[in-house]
Amino acid sequence: MDDRNTDRPTSRAGAPDAELLARLRAGDDAAFEEVVRQNAARLLIVARRYLRSEEDAQDAVQDAFLSAFRSIGQFEGGSRLSTWLHRITVNAALMKLRTRRRKPEEPIDDLLPGFLGDGHMTQAPVEWRPLSDELLARSETRTLVLRCIDGLPESYRHVLLLRDIEELDTEETAEVLGVSTNTVKTRLHRARQALRKLLDPHLRRSPA
Amino acid sequence: MNCREFVDFLMDYLDGNLPEEQAVTFDAHMDDCPSCVTYLDTYRETIRLGKCICGCLDDAVPADVPEKLIAAILAARRLARDPD
Repeated sequence: MDDRNTDRPTSRAGAPDAELLARLRAGDDAAFEEVVRQNAARLLIVARRYLRSEEDAQDAVQDAFLSAFRSIGQFEGGSRLSTWLHRITVNAALMKLRTRRRKPEEPIDDLLPGFLGDGHMTQAPVEWRPLSDELLARSETRTLVLRCIDGLPESYRHVLLLRDIEELDTEETAEVLGVSTNTVKTRLHRARQALRKLLDPHLRRSPA
Repeated sequence: MNCREFVDFLMDYLDGNLPEEQAVTFDAHMDDCPSCVTYLDTYRETIRLGKCICGCLDDAVPADVPEKLIAAILAARRLARDPD
């Protein structure tokens, strides 16, 4: 994974990265614990997006911390420490997925729009109410969106997370998931349509 | 172009990957079909919501993380550093 996520707002409370980094590089146990305590909850949330099993998600977070601190010398400070840890956690979660037996693809057809024989939609879409930044910041909005993402079939959820959230490009996503670029494109479009359908009942504008 | 084709080509349209001739047909369909305009708007909003919610998790992180997990990470690190 590359370094394009450096502008992600991931600063955490606590010691500034530079000071923490120096202590980590010096092998300071207290610094290690501080970083673990500051970041573990957030990274666990990231790992849970990819791995349904809580045990697997926790294993991925543990693997990520160990991997990060083994290679702390390679961290050049071009991004925030928390951003770097985020990327390593996604990689650790994907590594876990690869080692699992591949499951048959779950159907997504029920979450896609339906069409009549003449090509018109079976149900006309309804406009959504606008979501201000204030509404977006509310925990119930976040919970709703995350719950809907979690409701996507696994192979579609992974593509959506990697392309739209982690902002990998199509080729990188295809490589990480071991599928063709055409599969990535098809799954991304279907995943977005399915997520739209799952969000729709919660966001549609009430009839006047 | 009908609504089914509009939806099929929506992602390519938004990514700017439709050949010019097809993009013109796409735009013409939107002029005639308010349903597809609504579909496109809500599809765009879906992408925005996903990016925004998942990209700004810091403020929403719950305070609790299993203490067992913290202990396991610290123990694994000690073991990796001092295998004996």
